[in-house]
Amino acid sequence: MELRSNVPSGPIEKRWEKHRFDLKLVNPANRRKSTVIVVGTGLAGGAASATLGELGYNVHAFYYQDSPRRAHSIAAQGGINASKNYQNDGDSIYRLFYDTVKGGDFRARESNVYRLAEVSGNIIDQCTAQGVPFAREYSGLLDNRSFGGAQVSRTFYARGQTGQQLLLGAYQALERQVDAGTVHTHGRHEMLDLIVIDGVARGIVTRDLVSGEIRPWLADCVVLASGGYGNVFYLSTNAKGCNVTATWRAHRLGAAFANPCYTQIHPTCIPVAGDYQSKLTLMSESLRNDGRVWVPRDPADATKDPRTIAEGNRDYYLETRYPAFGNLVPRDIASRAAKKVCDEGRGVGPAVDGERRGVYLDFADSIKRLGKSKIEERYGNLFEMYERIAGENPYETPMRIYPASHYTMGGLWVDYNLMTTIPGLFAAGEANFSDHGANRLGASALMQGLADGYFVLPSTLAGYLANFKGPKIADDHAEVRAAVGRVNERLKRLVSAPKPSRTPDSFHKELGRLVWDECGMGRNAEGLRKALARIPELREEFWNGVRVTGSGAELNQTLEKAGRVADFLELGELMCLDALHREESAGGHFREEHQTEDGEAKRDDENFTYVAAWEHTGDLSKPKLNKEPLTFEYVKPAQRSYK
Amino acid sequence: MSKKLNLTLHVWRQKGPTAAGDFVKYPASGIDDHMSFLEMLDVVNEGLIEKGEDPIAFDHDCREGICGSCGVMINGMAHGPRKATTACQLHMRVFHDGDEIWIEPWRAAAFPIIKDLIVDRGSLDRIVQSGGYVSVRTGAARDANNIAIPKDDADLAMDAAQCIGCGACVAACPNASASLFTSAKIGHLALLPQGGPEREDRVRRMVLQHDAELFGSCTQHGECEAACPKQISINFIARMNADFIKTAVTANADLKQREGQ
Amino acid sequence: MDRALTLRSTTVGTKAIMAVTGAVLFGFVVVHMLGNLQLWLGAQAMHDYAVSLRKIHGVLWIARAVLLASVLGHAWSAFTLVRRNAAARPVPYKHARRDQATNYAARTMPITGVVVALYIAYHIMHLTLGVGVAAHDPQNPYNNVVNGFSNPLIAVVYIVANVLLSAHLFHGGYAWFNSLGLSNPRYAGMKRAFAMGLAGLITLGNVALPVSVLAGAVKPTTETFCSPELGPCAGPGVEPGR
Repeated sequence: MELRSNVPSGPIEKRWEKHRFDLKLVNPANRRKSTVIVVGTGLAGGAASATLGELGYNVHAFYYQDSPRRAHSIAAQGGINASKNYQNDGDSIYRLFYDTVKGGDFRARESNVYRLAEVSGNIIDQCTAQGVPFAREYSGLLDNRSFGGAQVSRTFYARGQTGQQLLLGAYQALERQVDAGTVHTHGRHEMLDLIVIDGVARGIVTRDLVSGEIRPWLADCVVLASGGYGNVFYLSTNAKGCNVTATWRAHRLGAAFANPCYTQIHPTCIPVAGDYQSKLTLMSESLRNDGRVWVPRDPADATKDPRTIAEGNRDYYLETRYPAFGNLVPRDIASRAAKKVCDEGRGVGPAVDGERRGVYLDFADSIKRLGKSKIEERYGNLFEMYERIAGENPYETPMRIYPASHYTMGGLWVDYNLMTTIPGLFAAGEANFSDHGANRLGASALMQGLADGYFVLPSTLAGYLANFKGPKIADDHAEVRAAVGRVNERLKRLVSAPKPSRTPDSFHKELGRLVWDECGMGRNAEGLRKALARIPELREEFWNGVRVTGSGAELNQTLEKAGRVADFLELGELMCLDALHREESAGGHFREEHQTEDGEAKRDDENFTYVAAWEHTGDLSKPKLNKEPLTFEYVKPAQRSYK
Repeated sequence: MSKKLNLTLHVWRQKGPTAAGDFVKYPASGIDDHMSFLEMLDVVNEGLIEKGEDPIAFDHDCREGICGSCGVMINGMAHGPRKATTACQLHMRVFHDGDEIWIEPWRAAAFPIIKDLIVDRGSLDRIVQSGGYVSVRTGAARDANNIAIPKDDADLAMDAAQCIGCGACVAACPNASASLFTSAKIGHLALLPQGGPEREDRVRRMVLQHDAELFGSCTQHGECEAACPKQISINFIARMNADFIKTAVTANADLKQREGQ
Repeated sequence: MDRALTLRSTTVGTKAIMAVTGAVLFGFVVVHMLGNLQLWLGAQAMHDYAVSLRKIHGVLWIARAVLLASVLGHAWSAFTLVRRNAAARPVPYKHARRDQATNYAARTMPITGVVVALYIAYHIMHLTLGVGVAAHDPQNPYNNVVNGFSNPLIAVVYIVANVLLSAHLFHGGYAWFNSLGLSNPRYAGMKRAFAMGLAGLITLGNVALPVSVLAGAVKPTTETFCSPELGPCAGPGVEPGR
C-alpha cells in the first residue's frame, strides 16, 4: 500500500489556496448528476451534506439516530477555537497552527493543521451568520475564553452547549437543503458495509433499523463522517450508539486505519458508581480553575467523610508534582496522575469491582475565598448536574472525579483531500486521523469537524468528482450483491450463535474493561500482550455465545448492539497492536516503559515520527503496518513540559 | 451510601405501529438508587434477553440530557417527576422502595408509535425544514463581529435555542401541540438580526407546517413549560403568536406568490 | 382574501380569533354587570337604564350584531380547536397524564364555555323575552329580576352559572394576552393578577344580585312604569312617559 499524502508544496500559508486553485471544479449543471453519500450527520457530516447540497450535488445523508440533530457532536460543552484574535492577545493563524502541532505532540501533518487554523475564522463567521447564539460581551461583540491551558483567549462558546448550538446550525442548514430537494435524509439507517467496485468506493449497504430491510445505495463517492471509536471502552463519554462499524467495514475493504492507539482521556468526569453504569458524564474542565484535586495520604481514609480528613493528611498531588501549572496541567497529565494515585489504593468513592476509582475535586477553599455565590455563578449548572447524577451536594462535600475516554485521535488514514486509501471514499471529522496528532487540544474537535464539512470536503470532493469517470452501476452488479450478501450473512450469524448464552452488552463490558486496563491511560508491553491474547478468545466466545433475541426483520436494538460489539472486538485488537508497536510515549499514548525519570511522556522522534497506517490483510493474517513519515518544517519538535 | 429498591414496572409494549399494545408488568428488584432511569431499564432488559424474551425498545443515545433522543411518560409525566430533567438524567433516588412505575410512550397523532416506547418524531424535523433556518450559503458570511448584538438579545435567543427537540412539550400538552418547540426555533432566530430578513416568511411557513403535521393548538395550560427539560419559557409561544398575527394581517400578495413556486 | 385565510386556517390564527371575540364578550360582561348593579338603586333606575338603552336605537343593534358575531366567532373557533385538539391525540394515554402546571379553569374551558352558552340562552329567555314567566313586564325589569331571584332554584342557577363564568373569564382573561402575543415578560406576572382580579370583581357583582334578593335585602316594587321605548304598557290608566 502506498500512502500518498498529496500535500501541496510551497510556503505553508499558501498551500491550501494553491491546492484549491489546482483542484478541478464541477460545472454547476453537472453537480446534480453526481450523487454523494454521507454517513453521519454530526458537525462534519451535517456541514458537508448541507454545503454539498447547497452547491447542487445530489446528497444522501444516513444516520442511525431518528433525527440528524442528535449526532453526538451535540454533547460538546466547552467551545470552538478560532484564530480571530478578537481579544488582541497575540493570536494568529500561525499561533493556532503552532499550538495544535505542539499539543498533538508532533504527530500530526503540518499542512493539514495549518489549513485547519486558516479556515477556523471562517467557521465562526459562518456559524454566526446561521444564527448560532455565541456568548457575547456587553458591547454586543463575541466573547472568548481561554480554554485547556491555552495562553490566548480564542475559544468561542455558547453557554455550556457549544456543540449543540453548532450542530443545530449545521442541522438547520441541512434541513434547508432537504426542503430544497438536494439532500435526502435517511434516519434510523445504519451503514453495515461499503461497496467497492474496481477498487473504487461506489456505495454502501444499510440496514433500516425500523423495518430491518437491507439495501444497497450507489453513488459517485462516499463520505464517512461517523465519529470516533471511544466506545470500544464500553464506558466513555460518547453516546451509547456511537460505534466504529462504518469505518471498520471500510477498513476491512482496504481503507488504512491510522494511529488507533491515540485515544484521549478526559480528566474531569463523574466516576463510575456501580457495575450497572452505562456511560460516563463529562464535566467541563473549567472546574479545575477553582477546584483543588486531592486524595487521602492514607488509603485507610478512603471511606471517611472527606471533610473530616485533616489538611496534613491530604495529598494535593497535582500541586506538589507540577508547581507551575498545578491543577491546570494538560488533560493527559492530569488523567494519568489520577490513575496513579488510585492504583496506589488511595482512590475514593464507592468500590466497584473492589476498586475505588475517584479523586476529590474540592471547592471548599474557593468558596471560602470567593464566596458561594461567585462559585455558583461560575459553575452553578455543573454543580447542579453533578448533584443530579451523583446525589451529593458539591457546595458541601468535595466532588469526585475520574478520567474517562472522551475522544479518539486515530481513525481512517486520509490524504490532504481527506480521501482514504480507497479512491472515492472520504473520511471527515473524528472518523479520520488527520489533524490532532497524538493528542487533541480542548475546543479543537468542533473546529476540525466543521472545517472538514464546510470548507475542505466541498473543494476536494469536487476535485475528485471532476475527474471521476466511473460507469453507472446497477443494483444487481456482482459486487453490490456480494456486499449485500456479506451483510445478510453476518446478521444471520449474529442472531443464530451456536450456544447463545450472553448478552451483547456483557461482551462489550468485558472487552471495554480489558482495553481500558491494558490500553487506556497507561500501557505496557506485558499488558498489551495479555490483551492481544485475550481479545481473539473473547471474539471467539462472542460469535459462539452471543444471545440476540428476535430477528433481523424488525426493530431490534439487541441486534444493533451485537453488530457494533463485533466490530469493536476487532478494532480493540488493532488498538493494542498499534500501542504495542509504538515504542514511545506520545500524547494520548503513554507507554509506561517510555517515560522520563519524573514520570513524563518520552517521545522517540528518531524512530516514531510517522503515522502508523494499518492495512487489513484478512481475518487470519496480521494487519500490515504502513508508515507515512512526518516532516516538521515549521514547528520543531521539543519535549512538552508543564513543570 | 446507595440503597436498593424493589419496584414494579408497567411498561407499554407494542410490536409495531399498527399492532395492539398494552401494559406489561415487570418486577425490577435490587435496583441501586444511584442508577439512572435508563440504566434501570437496561438492567430489566438484560434480564429479558437472558430469558430469551424481547427486550423493551426505547430511544436513547447521549445519556447526558442533550441529544433529545430519550423521553417517555413516567407515571403520567413527560421525562418523569423531576423538573428540568430528561429521562436519562433522572436517577432512581427519586423513587421509593415498593413503588409502581408506569412507563408509556409519547402519544400524539404526529408521533406515531414505532415499537414499545419508540415514536417517530419526524414531524419535528419537517417543521424545521419548513423554515427553521437562516438561508446563508457556506462561505457567504461576513466577519462575525460585523453585527453587534445586544447581549440580552443574544442571551434570550440562547434560552430558546437550547431546545433539544425531545418532544416532551407535545407529550405533556393536553392538546398534543408542538407550539413550544415551534416557537422556540422561531423565537431564537427572530431575536437575532441574522434571522431578520426571513422572519415573516419563517413564522408563516413554520406555523402552517406545525398544523399540517396534525399537532394541536396552544390553550395556555403551561404543561409544556413544566415538562421541558430545558425550561424553555411559554413566553416564546406568545412571541410566535405576535409575529404570526402581524404577518397574517399585514402580509402582502408577494408572499403568496412565492409560496406557489 | 389571503390575509383572512391564513388567520382562519391555522391554529394560531383561530386562537387569535377566539381571543379577540373573547375580549369583546369579556367587555360586554363587564358593562352588563355594571348596568345590572343599578338594581340596588331601585326600580326607577332600572327602568330608566332600560329606556336609555332603547334610546340609542342604532347603537344597540350594532352592539347586538357585534355581540352575536363574537358569540358565533368564539363558538366556531372553540369548536374548531376542540375538535382539532382531540384529533391531535387520537389514542389517549392509558395511564393518565398528570397535570403539573395547569389549573382547573384552564382544563374546563370547553365545558364552562358550553354551560355559559346555555346559561346565556336561558338568561335571555328568562329576563329579556320573559318566556314562560307569567308576571314578565318589559316596563319593569327590576321586578322581573327580583321576582325571578326570589325563586331559590332560579337564584341558584344564576349563582352557579356565574361562578363557572368566572372560571371561564379567568383563564380567558389570562390566555388572551399570550394568544395575541402580548407577552412582555416585564408584565408577565400581572397577567394572572389582571385576569383573576377582573374575573373576581365581575363574579362578585353578578353573584351579589341574586344573593341580595334571596337575603331579602332587595324586595319587589309595587311601582308601575310605562315608557313607549319598552313597548306597550301593562295596565290601563298609566300615563305614557310618566
